[in-house]
Amino acid sequence: MSAIIMDSVTLRYGKESIIEELDWTVPEGKITVLIGGNGCGKSTLFRSAARLLKPSSGHVLLDNILLEKMSTKEAARKMAILPQSPAAPEGLTVLQLVKQGRYPHQTWLKQWSEDDEQAVQKALRATSMLELSGHPVDELSGGQRQRAWIAMTLAQNTDILLLDEPTTYLDMTHQIEILDLLFELNEQEGRTIVMVLHDLNLACRYAHHIVAVKDKTVYAEGAPEHIVDADLVKHVFGLDCLIDRDPLYGTPLCIPFGKGRRAVTG
Amino acid sequence: MTIGKSVTLLLIGTAVVVVLMAASVVYGYTDTTWKGVYDSFTAFNGSNEHLVIQTVRIPRALIAACVGASLAMAGVIMQTLMKNPLASPDILGINSGAGFFVVLGLVMFGISGNQSITWLAFIGAGVAQLLVFVLGSAGREGLTPMKMTLAGAAIGAMFSSMTQGFLVFNEAMLDQALFWLAGSVEGRSLDLLLSVLPYLTVGVFGALLIAGKLNVLSMGEDIARGLGLHIGFTKIVASILIVLLAGGAVAVAGPIGFIGIIIPHIARSWIGLDHRWLLPFSGLLGAALLLVSDIAARYMIMPQEVPVGVMTAVIGVPFFIHIARKGEKSR
Amino acid sequence: MKAFRPLHGAVSLLIDQRTVFKIISLFACLLIVFIASAALGDIKFSPVVAFQTIFGFGDPFQHMVVYSFRMPRILVALFAGAALAMAGAILQGLVRNPLASPDLIGMTAGGSAAVTAFLAIFSDKSNALTVSIGWLPLAAFIGAAVTALLVYMLAWKNGLSPIRLILIGIGLTAAMKAVTTMMMIIGPIYQASKANMWMTGSVNGSSWSDVLMIAPWTIISLVAVMMAGRHLNMQQFGDELAIGAGARVERQRIFFLVLATALVGGAVAFAGGIGFVGLMAPHIARRLVGSHAGGLIPATALIGAILVMLADLAGRTLFLPLEVPAGVFTAAIGAPYFIYLLFRTKG
Repeated sequence: MSAIIMDSVTLRYGKESIIEELDWTVPEGKITVLIGGNGCGKSTLFRSAARLLKPSSGHVLLDNILLEKMSTKEAARKMAILPQSPAAPEGLTVLQLVKQGRYPHQTWLKQWSEDDEQAVQKALRATSMLELSGHPVDELSGGQRQRAWIAMTLAQNTDILLLDEPTTYLDMTHQIEILDLLFELNEQEGRTIVMVLHDLNLACRYAHHIVAVKDKTVYAEGAPEHIVDADLVKHVFGLDCLIDRDPLYGTPLCIPFGKGRRAVTG
Repeated sequence: MTIGKSVTLLLIGTAVVVVLMAASVVYGYTDTTWKGVYDSFTAFNGSNEHLVIQTVRIPRALIAACVGASLAMAGVIMQTLMKNPLASPDILGINSGAGFFVVLGLVMFGISGNQSITWLAFIGAGVAQLLVFVLGSAGREGLTPMKMTLAGAAIGAMFSSMTQGFLVFNEAMLDQALFWLAGSVEGRSLDLLLSVLPYLTVGVFGALLIAGKLNVLSMGEDIARGLGLHIGFTKIVASILIVLLAGGAVAVAGPIGFIGIIIPHIARSWIGLDHRWLLPFSGLLGAALLLVSDIAARYMIMPQEVPVGVMTAVIGVPFFIHIARKGEKSR
Repeated sequence: MKAFRPLHGAVSLLIDQRTVFKIISLFACLLIVFIASAALGDIKFSPVVAFQTIFGFGDPFQHMVVYSFRMPRILVALFAGAALAMAGAILQGLVRNPLASPDLIGMTAGGSAAVTAFLAIFSDKSNALTVSIGWLPLAAFIGAAVTALLVYMLAWKNGLSPIRLILIGIGLTAAMKAVTTMMMIIGPIYQASKANMWMTGSVNGSSWSDVLMIAPWTIISLVAVMMAGRHLNMQQFGDELAIGAGARVERQRIFFLVLATALVGGAVAFAGGIGFVGLMAPHIARRLVGSHAGGLIPATALIGAILVMLADLAGRTLFLPLEVPAGVFTAAIGAPYFIYLLFRTKG
């Protein structure tokens, strides 16, 4: 089963094509992570999957329905997105922010139903934001702010969740906190999660499915254990490295070659 | 912000506006009394006092209230649309655009009459708003708030330069045009207001209808799209509403500055960010501010009057500077 | 880039040879426009006659037309244009925003407010001025300088942020416009039309005494800007980099702002609110010689001078017998140019 299907999709900014005639699917109920070097097109691919960028040719199917045939509200009830470093209006509280997540479920007549209220409470609980719900978003710490935004996308109550670099600008503790949260959402509720991550090691640990983007197309995809090796890193990132096994979790661990110290072993 | 508190604020706002309108009818150069006002309705006797009340003061109070409310609401919509705390019809050049077209019509083509002035003002506001809109959506991210403000200021400068240029051609029209350009609610006829009122009404109700969408839009375009908002549609509707509200207000009273910029800020700090409450409350505050400015304008240099546009600038500039000084962080 | 090192390397300027040739060509253009301006008008001469007259070989009538009527306004246009353009280049460098210009940060509006106030306050009941009109430039200068000072003071908060500077400038422009409107309405209508003419920007009625005041003022400032050009280069890179390179950013910024104010004040005092020159000239210059201050400043000054001279020439020849203020033309060219710039500098 596939959550999102791309059928020979070409993506352009202006005249420059970023992705060319790509066939690609996002597996349902799994955590999919996009990786790749700067400017490789992974964010473009992400934006297209998130319907922030229309393909110049080809089709995108969401839940086996053509995206262009779907109203934008319908799509918003199936898929929630969190772009990179979103900005809330100054002074907006966490509760007000999370409530906005119910927008696609509202109509002129049904402005705030019991379902809405429960979805918001559930999202706040899942992200441990209940105590902070009265605080203005712009006064929270980086990790809390990111949790507030994730709470908003959760309130949207969709099967699919797309996040563009949800851990950027966070310290290591908060990175793990956010990824653990997403992991639980996938584990307990079976939600499909697609995200862009920069840290290859964290990507390997949390992803069921890794997608490496390079040269306007998907270079390789599959379970991290199967596809991540020194060869892939060399091709996708242009980096020489040693791939070892993570001593704790057994996932691939990338150790880049560099000059900081003399190597202890040959 | 509970609903009860919001409703209370709206009721208080309405009461204040009603009281100020009454005060605007009673106080001024010609002495009138509260009783005189009452009598002019119940027992009109054709005296000077009753005439002033019925033909000068009442239209003036109504115009001030409508214009103030329209400008303030236009300001709220613009600030949300542009994601820019300094956006407002005057700073982004909408008022000067309308002013330029009216002067062009008056001076170059000898157009006069309420209906024509109204349309000229709408066209001017529309052209300026279109410029701002196109500039604002150019490129993937659009212009930054800073550039947007700068662009607006330059569009404004361009229109005022050209307005002055045309006035050089026709000195005879200078007096009339100056009077209009100063921005005033004095001596405007009730007919003028009535010819614009339908547009203002559509503007006000339209704004209230899209309040929920504006809430979503204020979170940023990507988020709003993710939540299923039709960005393009919402922006176009919002732009049309701005033209209706700002253009209509300028058609009646000339370019009156600073209401559109300060009121949204004050209103937000009192009633919060939810546009469903923010828009009507801003309307009330805008009406109140213009009524107060207009009453004050009568007493500043008696027996002459200060144009109310000058009064609002006197109140507004310090406020604008305050926002500009504080705004660094949120950018 | 080949550095310009005349006198066997005793002098080495941060300017390359190609730039020097471009500046010389610009100067040639300036001379051509100058001669054309002297030749054209309601009475026309051939370029040769104009050229001869300028150097004192014309008959008395030609001499009178060129020297008494045309030369003063041509020269005032030249210096005012150069001054406004240089001020624009300085501000754009400081603010690091290609859209900054003296008109946008309130200097011109301050000058206008002072002029209208002057006309309104010193007029008696019969519309006659109670003091000499000769004080008008001083009023304009004070208005521009006071506004600039206010902008700096209000924008000061642990240092001068360029963005705050611009925003406050926009606010004060509005305040000054309110003052202007107020004064025009209070004052008599005759003065209002005079003030309106002035605000639009015109060099009509300039005299030799005006030239003698604006010329040294502009030339001294030009030399000062040229000498400080290196620092302006640094300012263009932004605070972090400039401090990293060892520039005393705040002190230099204040110095440049004072210089810009002096330039605009002088121009506004004698030529009125000629708009968009300070915006256009630096851009054209940058396209021509690049953004290095060594070549940019002289090129900008020359282009600004040419622009205002052409605007004045057009204003007094195209719509004869009507005379259109130069400011209308600079606005008519400047506004579309500005919109083009906005589209080009996206993001």
